[in-house]
Amino acid sequence: MASYSDTISGSDAPAQEIAINLRRQPRLGETVIQGFLFFCGAVSIFTTIGIVVILFEESWRFFGSPDVSLIEFFTNTTWQPKLLEFGILPLLNSTLMTTLFAMLIAVPLGLAVAIYLSEYATEAARKMIKPTLEILAGIPTVVYGYFALTWMTPLLRDIFGKNTVDIYNTASAGLVMGILLLPLIATMSEDALHAVPRSLREAAYGLGATKLETAVKVVLPAATSGIAAAIILAVSRAVGETMIVAVAAGAGPNMTFNPFKAAETITGHIVRISGGDLSYDSIDYNSLFALALVLFFLTLILNLISERIVKAFREEYE
Amino acid sequence: MNASEPSNPPPNEAVNIMKDNLPARHAVGKVWNVVFLLSTVFGIVILLILLGDISNKAFGYVAIEAKVQPTTLTASGTPLEQLSKDQMIVILEENLSKNRVKTLIKEEPLEERSKDDLLSIVVAEVVKPKVKKSWPLSESLFNKEAVLAEAAKTYPKAYVEFRNWLSRDFISSPQSSDALYAGVRTAILGSLDVIFLTILFAFPIGIGASIYLQEYAHDNWINRIIQTNINNLAGVPSIIYGMLGLTIFVRVIASLTSGYMFGYPNSDPNNGRTILSAGLTMALLVLPVIIINAQEAIKAVPNSLREASYGIGATKWQTVWSHVLPNSIPGILTGTILSVSRAFGETAPLVIVGAATYITFDPNSIFSKFTTLPIQVYQWTSRPQDEFRNIAAAAILVLLIVLLALNTIAILLRNRYSRRLP
Repeated sequence: MASYSDTISGSDAPAQEIAINLRRQPRLGETVIQGFLFFCGAVSIFTTIGIVVILFEESWRFFGSPDVSLIEFFTNTTWQPKLLEFGILPLLNSTLMTTLFAMLIAVPLGLAVAIYLSEYATEAARKMIKPTLEILAGIPTVVYGYFALTWMTPLLRDIFGKNTVDIYNTASAGLVMGILLLPLIATMSEDALHAVPRSLREAAYGLGATKLETAVKVVLPAATSGIAAAIILAVSRAVGETMIVAVAAGAGPNMTFNPFKAAETITGHIVRISGGDLSYDSIDYNSLFALALVLFFLTLILNLISERIVKAFREEYE
Repeated sequence: MNASEPSNPPPNEAVNIMKDNLPARHAVGKVWNVVFLLSTVFGIVILLILLGDISNKAFGYVAIEAKVQPTTLTASGTPLEQLSKDQMIVILEENLSKNRVKTLIKEEPLEERSKDDLLSIVVAEVVKPKVKKSWPLSESLFNKEAVLAEAAKTYPKAYVEFRNWLSRDFISSPQSSDALYAGVRTAILGSLDVIFLTILFAFPIGIGASIYLQEYAHDNWINRIIQTNINNLAGVPSIIYGMLGLTIFVRVIASLTSGYMFGYPNSDPNNGRTILSAGLTMALLVLPVIIINAQEAIKAVPNSLREASYGIGATKWQTVWSHVLPNSIPGILTGTILSVSRAFGETAPLVIVGAATYITFDPNSIFSKFTTLPIQVYQWTSRPQDEFRNIAAAAILVLLIVLLALNTIAILLRNRYSRRLP
């Protein structure tokens, strides 16, 4: 130690002449690279700004038109662009109906699968079943649309009669969407259940609870927030899901509460109209952006709620 | 919580209560155990049903009725396959309108065409076979007699054959308005081109952004906004990206995306519905997912590697380039392949951006109009005729095989990766 300081003090005088600068040297290459990397990160900001700007701009034009009023948009029960009737309710109604049907399938089954995987299944079974279910989530949604139209709809028509069930109907699209979302709810809920500390389970067993009672009355309540986040995220997916409803739910807005009738959803309408030849300055074209704006906010709010719940949940056990 | 409860009744009574309801509680437990198990089985069964339903429609008997019986075309009644080129040219000239023959000659003189080419023209334009009815595979296999009997009774003029809709011709033919000759070559090429551009744009930017967020970004407001924003973008419905692509790429920068700026022949400066626009749109769509996955992979690189690199005097970028990236690249690739395979099956944004649905020519540049495999499935599924359901099923099988291949690569990479860094 002493010799070390000696050398330093010994070399003190010449060092001042050479003047070693120990401050960080500016390096052009490093700065350029950092700048480029920042730009890459900023692309996502531009994307968001782009989405918000185009949706608002075109919607502004839509609502600025003398044929449209904001109040009518949310209260009118017909959507007939040809007759200048722009009421979002029939589209929103069928969006919510397909979502409801999807949740009827995905929530109970997804939760049951999650409980089975987390509490009952052996490690080997879990490793087999989880990836198999994830295949379901990886199949393109247009394939589910095909499945809804060629398998689920004929099945419903066999059960309820061909006169009650239309070829295109919201129930079939919704049920198949539920199958698509089942793995999402199952895996996210399973993660939440898995994160519940072992001590809680052991305490329950110690009090003489059965396996079911432990799972349902102790573990499930402890994981409620994670499960809620999963369900809300699934609802958001269902609202934004396009191809299943575009194929199986029918073309043409229809204000009906009958799940066996054809009724177009918001997404289905957007994809059908914009898939055709559409002149850019028509009010039809602008109306699609107003619909997309509603869809954007609906899913954004749901995603934000889900994210908040997940955050709150994380703090609980870490 | 309820610890005080059992002490209230005398101990013996409590034990008795326990004993009385214990079998019931166990029975309930068993019932629910079965329910949970069945739900899990349901998920797997429905997957099998889905695959079965699609395969069921991709193969099976068809009853085909020809407009002109092939044997009546020549005096001798020889089958078409045995005719010479000259005989087929005669048939074409006799049966087609003069204008049609002229257009055919304009494309390529009849004498110079190959025999197979002439045969396919004769079949498609003179014989004009038409599918009257098609049966699914299950009926064709297990109920063969009934199918054949029904066909003979209802369509006496038709001939019945077992058709594999997913044939080699189906893969190699371009799109057609006739289901018997339609193929997915145009769609496969379109899909590959779009996905190639998607990777080209999204991969470098995605990695760049994830390196920035993991290695460079300080915890300040702008970086927090970027991170939150990426998480939120991952949840935006894909159809919204389609609207973004339609406005920005198809309309605003149309002169660039249509190729007009570069003098691409036959380009319309106001219509950017091209492969380039589609690729850019898909790149924006997959970017958030790629970034999130790549961040996870970079996070998994142990800090000791970075510190060792700094310790021997490496700069930040040197550390990232020669230590962080090589150790995280398998994970990044896995995540990228998985998100790209999702993009491969994505339909809605491309329907909005592409719009053009009936394309029979192969895309030859990034400024070509395009169709993709999922769009083709959507188009064919939307048609009411049976035979289009059949080719939609065959196209789905092609799509699923491609996705399976992509996912297998991803899993292989993941396995290799987990062996290297335990």
